[in-house]
Amino acid sequence: MYRTKIFDHVILLFGVFIMVAPVVVAFMTSTHEAADIHRNGLSLTWGGHFVETYQTVLTRQGGFTGKITGFNMMLNSMILGLGFAVGKIVLSMLAAYALVYFRFPLATFFFWVIFTTLLLPLEVRILPSYEVMNTLKLTNTYTGLIVPLLASATGTFYFRQFFKSVPDELLEAARIDGAGPFKFFIDVLVPLSRTMMAAIFIIMFVYGWNQYLWPTLMTTDEGFFTLVRGIKQILLVWVGSNIPDYNEAFALAILAMLPPVMIVVIFQRWFIKGLTESDK
Amino acid sequence: MAAITIAEVSKIYHGNVEAVKSVSIDIEDGEFIVLVGPSGCGKSTLLRMVAGLETISKGTVTIGSRVINDVDPAERDIAMVFQNYALYPHMTVYDNLAYGLKNRKTPKAEIDARVAEAARMLEIEPYLARKPRALSGGQRQRVAMGRAIVRKPAAFLFDEPLSNLDAKLRVSMRGEIKRLQKRLGTTSLYVTHDQLEAMTLADRLVVLNGGRIEQIGRPLDVYHRPASTFVASFIGSPAMNLIKGQIEGGSLQIGLYRIELGSRAPVEGAVTVGLRAEDLRLAGVGEDAMLFQVDYVEELGAQRLVHGTIEGQPLTIALSPEMPLSGDLAVTIAVDRLHFFSPETGKRLERGTSFAGDAPAQNLRLETAS
Repeated sequence: MYRTKIFDHVILLFGVFIMVAPVVVAFMTSTHEAADIHRNGLSLTWGGHFVETYQTVLTRQGGFTGKITGFNMMLNSMILGLGFAVGKIVLSMLAAYALVYFRFPLATFFFWVIFTTLLLPLEVRILPSYEVMNTLKLTNTYTGLIVPLLASATGTFYFRQFFKSVPDELLEAARIDGAGPFKFFIDVLVPLSRTMMAAIFIIMFVYGWNQYLWPTLMTTDEGFFTLVRGIKQILLVWVGSNIPDYNEAFALAILAMLPPVMIVVIFQRWFIKGLTESDK
Repeated sequence: MAAITIAEVSKIYHGNVEAVKSVSIDIEDGEFIVLVGPSGCGKSTLLRMVAGLETISKGTVTIGSRVINDVDPAERDIAMVFQNYALYPHMTVYDNLAYGLKNRKTPKAEIDARVAEAARMLEIEPYLARKPRALSGGQRQRVAMGRAIVRKPAAFLFDEPLSNLDAKLRVSMRGEIKRLQKRLGTTSLYVTHDQLEAMTLADRLVVLNGGRIEQIGRPLDVYHRPASTFVASFIGSPAMNLIKGQIEGGSLQIGLYRIELGSRAPVEGAVTVGLRAEDLRLAGVGEDAMLFQVDYVEELGAQRLVHGTIEGQPLTIALSPEMPLSGDLAVTIAVDRLHFFSPETGKRLERGTSFAGDAPAQNLRLETAS
C-alpha cells in the first residue's frame, strides 16, 4: 500500500495556497474602505468594515435608476442559474430519451445535428439569437435570459450515454409490468439518473450563474441585472474624481462566489458518484 | 393458466436473416416446456416473441384462446424472469414486486396480500424493505421470480434465469423453480443452454438448432431416442459417442470389428453409430469385445470417464471407479443400445420394430475381419 509522505502534503498544501489565496485577498480587501484600497492596493489584513460594506452592497439601491440592490441581483443570478440548470436537464433528458429509446427515421442524423451544436456556443450565434429574442419581444425577461442558453448538446450527450448503459432488460421488464413510455421514464429512468442529474446540475448551475455576455446583451432594464454584471456596474462610476467603490466590488465578488461554492459542497458526494459510478 | 400454441412461427430480421424457422409447439395447460439449444439457435428469440418483446414475422402465437401476435406485452397475461434479473435498482424489493400490480391499478390491500404471499413462498420476507443491491445473487433471483408470481399470470417465461448463479446455487434454485411451478400449476416456457437444467426441469423439452426444432419430447424419450446426431451429442453428459460404421448384410462393420445385428439392421451402407458412454462396459472373460486404447482419464468421483479410441475413432466410456484400468481395455455394448443415424442428414434410423429396452439386452457378437 502507498503511504502518504510529508512531501505529498507539501505539494497539496501548495495547491491549496494557490487556489485559496486570491479569494482570501479579495475577502480581506473587501473589508477595507475604498480610499484605503485605492491608496494601498490589495490587502491581506482585516480592515474592520465588514458589516457596513456587505450591508451596503446587499441593500443599497444602485445603478443609474437606483432600483436594484445586491440582494435583487443575487436573486436574478439565482433565477438564471437555477432556471438554466433545471431547464437544461429537463430538455436534454427528454431529447436523450427520444434518441435512445425510440426508433424514428434519421435518429442518428438528428443525434449528430444536436452534437454539432457543441461547435456553436452562444458567443458564436449571439447576433441571430439576439435578433430572434428581440423579434419575440423577449428582451428584459427571464425567458429571454434563460431559453436561448438551454439549447446545447452537452447534457443530451451525457444522458444519451447514460441511458445507453441502462440494461435493455429493465425496459423489457417494465413493459411486461405494464409501464408505458411515460411511466418508464418517470418511474425508472429518472430515479436511476439522479446522480447524473446532480452532476449536470452543478456544472450547469455554475455555468448559468457565471453568464456575463448574454445577460449584458439581453437586459437593459436594471431590474434584471445579475451579480456578475453588478460587479462591473460598480466599477463603471469612475467619472471625475470619484473613486470606484473597490470594497463593494470585492464584496460583491465574494457574494457572487458563495452560491456556486455552496452548491458544489452540498452536491459534492452526488457529483462524484454521478461521474464515476452508476446506480445499476 | 392457459395453453400456449405456437404455430409455424418465424422470425426474420432485416437482411433476410431467419433466426427462427417455422416453429410449432403445442404447450398444454400447466406444462413445463424447456427450450434448449446452443447459443444462436433462436430459443431466446422464440421466447421473446411469445413475451411480445420481439415482433412475430410469420405464424401465430395463441395464449388461452387469444391470438396475441399484436397484443402489447403487458396485456398478454405473461410474466418473465430475466437472466440478469432486471430488478429495478432504485426500488425496494417490495416495490419491485408491487410495481406491475400498481400499474394495473390493483387495490392496495390486494397488492399487500399478494406480495406477502409471494414473499412467504420464496422466503424473501426479511428483505422486503431492502434494495436489490443489498441482496445476494440467489436472493435477487428469488425476487425476480416473486415479481412473476405476484401477477398470477397465465404463463411464466424464463430466459436463462440461472445462468448468473454459481453452480451450487443453480442446483438448489433449479429444484425450487420446479417445485414452485408444480405447486402453482402455471404453464411455463423456459430457455436454457444447459442440457442438465433442461433434462431435470422439463415436462417436455424442445431441442432447437439453427432456428429449427430438432426434437420435442419428454426428457427420457429424448435421451433414449435422440432424433438426430445433433440431439444425441447435445443431450446427455458426457455427449453420446458418434463413430463411423458400415452396415452390410445385417451386420455392422466398425473398422476391423463386425457386429451381428440380425434382422434389426436399419439400412444398408454407411451409418453413424451412437454409443452412450454409460452403455459401454468392460467385457467379461470369454465375452466378445472390442479393443479400447485409453488416452486419458477424468475422475468424477462416482464415475470415471475414460477417453480413448476404438479403431482410431475417439470415444468416451463411463466406468465405475472400482474397475481396474490398464492401457488397453476390452469393452462391449448391448446391441440394443446402439443408435444409428444417417451420415448425410444426421437423422435417426429406426431399427425395425424394436428399440432400446424392449428386447432382452443382446450382447455384442463380433467377428474380427482380419
